[in-house]
Amino acid sequence: MQIDWINFTPWWSLAGGALIGLAAALLINLNGRVMGASSILGGLFGARSGATWRLSFLAGLIAPALFVNATGGVKPHFLAGTATLIVAGLLVGFGTRLGSGCTSGHGVCGIARLSPRSMAATVVFMLAGFATVYAVRHVLAAGAS
Amino acid sequence: MKHLTAFAIGLLFGIGLLSSGMNLPGKVLGFLDLLGRWDPSLLFVMGGAIPVAAIGFALARKRTKSLLGEPLSRPDRTEIDVRLLGGALIFGIGWGLAGVCPGPAIINLGFFTGPAIVFFAAMIAGMIAFEFLNRLRNAP
Repeated sequence: MQIDWINFTPWWSLAGGALIGLAAALLINLNGRVMGASSILGGLFGARSGATWRLSFLAGLIAPALFVNATGGVKPHFLAGTATLIVAGLLVGFGTRLGSGCTSGHGVCGIARLSPRSMAATVVFMLAGFATVYAVRHVLAAGAS
Repeated sequence: MKHLTAFAIGLLFGIGLLSSGMNLPGKVLGFLDLLGRWDPSLLFVMGGAIPVAAIGFALARKRTKSLLGEPLSRPDRTEIDVRLLGGALIFGIGWGLAGVCPGPAIINLGFFTGPAIVFFAAMIAGMIAFEFLNRLRNAP
């Protein structure tokens, strides 16, 4: 293992993480809801109610990006091609709903609640992510060259 | 009131995700590239988020209703089953292919780029496909 010191941002990531944790703490105490991005978004398509608070939350979530974009901030660069993005998006959408959560719901809130279910899910999606990137970057890419 | 707090909390979450760099697919893939040149930043995001969130959930545990009088959601399922782990596995593969999870997928829409829109649309299609199959399965 080699650390990528050029891209490593410990302080910004720690501070951003603390804000994410604060948001989760406020949402459970004020609105009584667990802050999981996939559940808040996906709940719009299920039978569950609460479309208006979900949309309010999502509007807040996208607003800082609209601001950064309007003020000439750097647009995030996607490394994958269109076909890969479509497959990946389908898997992320389907998988997070089947598994009842994603990085925020299981990875942050679930672990903070000491939920064994969320810990198990987090271990599985992390390992699957590691394995997928390993396969794409170190097996398939090596085979192609 | 609950819509105002939901919006403000969404804002905080968005600012947190943007400042942590977790909306950048390259940065997330750098974290997932454990055996390449590894960027441990995502661990620091979780390290910053989990303790703060844990205090919030510990405070909420003592309550019967939220501060705004809403019912408190308490996920009470304990079973670690095929559905949970299969869902996590499918999500993890998609995450590893693109470097985007649901929160950042929503945020990146705000930059109006083609790839961000394509990923978001596919993710919504995946969520709707789940609802459809789930209803078929639960139908009498």
